[in-house]
Amino acid sequence: MATARSRGARIRSNVFAYANLAPYVFFVLFPFYFMVVTSFKSNAELYNLKSIPFWIQSGVIMDHYALLFQKTDFVTWMKNSLLVAVVATTVSVVISILAGYSLARLRFRGAAAFGTAIFVTYLIPTTLLFLPLSQVVVWLGLADSIYALMVIYPTFLVPFCTWLLMGYFRTIPREVEECALVDGATRMQTLSKIVLPMAIPGVICAVLFSFTLCWNEFTYALTFISQSANKTAVVGVTSDLIRGDIYFWGSLMAGALLASIPIVIVYVLFLDYYVSGLTAGAVKG
Amino acid sequence: MAVEPRVLEAAGLRRSGRQSRLREWWEQEHVFGYGLIVPAIVLLVTLVAFPFGMAIYFSLSDYWVGSPGAFVGLRNYRDILSNETFRQTVQNSFVFTGIALSLKVVLGVWLAMLLSRNLPFKRVIRGIVLLPFVIPTALSTLAWLWMFDSLYSVVNWTAIRMHLISAPGPNWLGQSTYAMTAVIAVNVWRGLPFFAITVLAGLMAVPKEFHEAAEVDGASSWGRFWHVTLPLIKPVLGVVILFSTIFTFGDFNIVQVLTRGGPINTTHLFATLAYQVGLQGGNLGQGAAISLFIFPLLAMVVFFQLRYVRKE
Repeated sequence: MATARSRGARIRSNVFAYANLAPYVFFVLFPFYFMVVTSFKSNAELYNLKSIPFWIQSGVIMDHYALLFQKTDFVTWMKNSLLVAVVATTVSVVISILAGYSLARLRFRGAAAFGTAIFVTYLIPTTLLFLPLSQVVVWLGLADSIYALMVIYPTFLVPFCTWLLMGYFRTIPREVEECALVDGATRMQTLSKIVLPMAIPGVICAVLFSFTLCWNEFTYALTFISQSANKTAVVGVTSDLIRGDIYFWGSLMAGALLASIPIVIVYVLFLDYYVSGLTAGAVKG
Repeated sequence: MAVEPRVLEAAGLRRSGRQSRLREWWEQEHVFGYGLIVPAIVLLVTLVAFPFGMAIYFSLSDYWVGSPGAFVGLRNYRDILSNETFRQTVQNSFVFTGIALSLKVVLGVWLAMLLSRNLPFKRVIRGIVLLPFVIPTALSTLAWLWMFDSLYSVVNWTAIRMHLISAPGPNWLGQSTYAMTAVIAVNVWRGLPFFAITVLAGLMAVPKEFHEAAEVDGASSWGRFWHVTLPLIKPVLGVVILFSTIFTFGDFNIVQVLTRGGPINTTHLFATLAYQVGLQGGNLGQGAAISLFIFPLLAMVVFFQLRYVRKE
C-alpha cells in the first residue's frame, strides 16, 4: 500500500518536473529548429507573410546551401576554423599541462602567487584587450591572417586549461610520483609516463574546451581579420552573408547550422566531459 | 697516438660530467617547477600583461589607427565622460547585467532543482539544456536576429495568431525598450545552462539526509529550499554569479550581432562601443579608455573571488 502510494507520488512529481521542463526545452531548441526550417525553405515562402513560418509547405530546397558553397568562401572558412582550433588547442594544452603540473604539485617559492596570477588572467574578458592586441598583431606582422588567431587564442586558453588541469593533477596520489622518482625516473619521465596517463580525463576535457572556445571565438576573429578568405567560419557566416541591408536568411541559417555541426558532434560524443569540465572550472575556483 | 683514446675519454668524461651536473640541477624540485611554468608565464606576460599596459597607455594618448599619438593625460576620459553616448552605455551595461543576471540566477536555480530529480531521460534532458552554451554564440544569435526580424518575426507572428498582441507587433530590434528586452532574452537563453549545470553539480553534492531530516521535521518544500538547500549551494552559486557578472558585463557577441548597439545606442555595452569608436572609428585612445571601464568591475570580482570564495 505504502509503496504504491509513494510510487504514485513519484510519478506525479515526475510529471510536474516534465511539465515545468517542457517550456524550457522548447525555448532552448526552437532557435535551432527554426534554423533548419529556414535553411531548406524557398525564398518565395520565407518572404510570404501569409505562409506559416513553423514548417515548409512548398517543398524542401537546397538553393541556400548551394549559394553558401558556390558564392562564398564557406569551405575555406571551415578549413581556417579547423586549422586555428587544432593549432591553438595543441599549443595551449601542452603549455597548460606543464604549468598545471608545476603549480599543482611542485613546491617552489612563488608557486601560489603564480597560481593566483593565472586565475586572474582567466577572469579577464577578451573584450578588455582586443584593441591593444589588434596593434600587437600588426607589429608581429600577422595582421589579417589566421596565424594571428593561433598566437592570440592561447592567451585565454592557457589560463583556463591550466586551472582545469591543476584540479586533475591534485587528485593523483603523491606516492605514485615518489615511487617513480625513487626508482630512478627523471622528473620529466615521471610527468609524461606516470602522472599524465593518470590525468587523461582532464587532458581530454581541456582539449574539448579549448577546441570549442577556439571554434566559437568571435571578438578577436572579427577584429583581427578583414579579408574574406582568411575569416573563420563564425565570422564569415555572420559578416559575408549580410550585404548592406540585404540579409540572405536562408543561407545565413544554412551557414550557422553547418558551422555549428562540428561542435555538436564533439559535444554529443563527449557530453560527460563537458559537464565535468564546466563544473570543475567554476566549482574548483 | 697513444694519447688519443685517453683524450677522448677525458673529454667524454668531462662532457658527461657537465651533463650530469646539468641534469642534477634540472632535477631539483624548484628548478623543474620554474622551468615548467616559463612558457605559460612568457605567454601571459607578453600577450596579456603587456597589452593591458598598452591599453592604459592608449587611453592616456591620442592614438589613432596608423598614427601613434602623444600623451594627453586624462583627456580621453574627460571626453567620454561628458559624451551622451557613453553615459547611455554605462546605464545600458548596468540594466543589461542587472536584469540578465537576476533572471539567470532565479531560473538557473529553479532549473537545477528540476534537473536534480531522478527523471527518466535525465541525461538527454541535461544534454539539451547545455546546448545553447556550447554552440557558437554569434551563430545562434543569428537565428534570434531572424526570429526578431522587423517584418517576418516568428515571435510576432505567433503572438498575433494567439491574440496576445495586435497586428504589426513590436519592432523588436528597432525600438529601444524592445531591443534591450531582446538582447537580455538572448543572453539569458545562452547563459542559463551554465548556471543550471553548475548549481546542479552543487546540489548533487548536498547529502540526501539533509532533505530527509528537514522533511521529518515537517518543513514545507519552500522552507526546505530556503533553509536547507540554498545555504548549502551558496558557495557554488557565489562563484557562478561572480563569473557570470564579469562575462555578462563584458559581453560583445550578442549585442554586436543582434543590434550593433542600436537603436540610437540604447543597447551599446562597453565592448561594442569600444569596438565602434576604437576600430571602426579608428580612435584607439578613446576606444581603449571605454573598454577599460570594464576593469573596475573585473577588479571587484577578482577581489571577492580571492578573498571569500577560494578561502573555503
